[in-house]
Amino acid sequence: MDDDSVMDSTGEGRVDGNAVGGMLAMVFGHEMTAAPGRCAHCGTINEMGAMHVYMRGPGVVVRCPACGEVVLRVVEAATATFLDARGVAFVRIERESA
Amino acid sequence: MAAPIQWQLATVTGVRDETASVRSFTLSMPAWPGHRAGQHVDIRLTAEDGYSVERSYSIASAPEAAAQPGGSVEITVERIPDGEVSAFLHDVVVPGDRFEVRGPIGGYFVWEAALGGPLLLVAGGSGVVPLMAMLRHRAAAGSGVPARLLYSSRGGDEIIYRPELDELAADGSGLGVVHTLTRSQPPGWTGYARRIDEAMLSEVLRPLGASARVFICGPTALVENAANALVRLGLPAAQVRTERFGPTGT
Repeated sequence: MDDDSVMDSTGEGRVDGNAVGGMLAMVFGHEMTAAPGRCAHCGTINEMGAMHVYMRGPGVVVRCPACGEVVLRVVEAATATFLDARGVAFVRIERESA
Repeated sequence: MAAPIQWQLATVTGVRDETASVRSFTLSMPAWPGHRAGQHVDIRLTAEDGYSVERSYSIASAPEAAAQPGGSVEITVERIPDGEVSAFLHDVVVPGDRFEVRGPIGGYFVWEAALGGPLLLVAGGSGVVPLMAMLRHRAAAGSGVPARLLYSSRGGDEIIYRPELDELAADGSGLGVVHTLTRSQPPGWTGYARRIDEAMLSEVLRPLGASARVFICGPTALVENAANALVRLGLPAAQVRTERFGPTGT
């Protein structure tokens, strides 16, 4: 991973859920890229690391790789983080994993 | 349950040139829990006026190397023109400098020797970095899992880790390294000289078979083309893991 290149790209800017693994770890208090989540729109289950991520706007948008609908939106403001998770039906968080 | 990931102040303890535009940095952390091959760290730089910027960089070193006293990892960074963080790392940072790091991050794009193989690694440019951590781990763990690296670079002088890859491929452990040079080839080059495509993937995959675990890292277009081609070649999508770092050219 070398995501300075993301900032300089002129294409659609899609990366993987891995790219926001650090931010998700801060939000959930847990490593999340291997956590399976079900898309609330199409029902497909994918690990968060396999989701499509767009992070060049003011916030981060996580989309389902199967149907393209929004799964998560995260905005890190100065003193708080806003999480919109209405696009995810569930996320499985292992208690024992690293 | 593991402690939450926190920002900590890392000290740069080593800087090494890999190619003209790629440099490796050794980062020593006060509290490093160890990592798995394929994981990354986030780096945060903060200016005196409070402006801060974060970037993610794959860990290049093997977990076995990080387990030594002190807790350190090596990252390998390509200098991106106008890249806020990569230009700082290349142009400003010297041993002894400190900045904030959090990690290790990621559990999806990870390979451990215990997972077995065969292993097919596909890299474009600096996408080789997390795959190198896997190959270094494979060597350090004494794994004989059949493995092949297909590595696309623009030219011969842009191949990262070339001497070490040559050594690893010659150590008799069952690793094959296949290069493709997409823009310029040295005189007498007999290897691939085009972008990674389905025919090339088919040839490289053949000795490993359809049970191969695949990790692909590079620019988005390369990653998606390679992943789609491998699925067309009969690999289950669940065996193909990808890490895109944006749609720049290779």
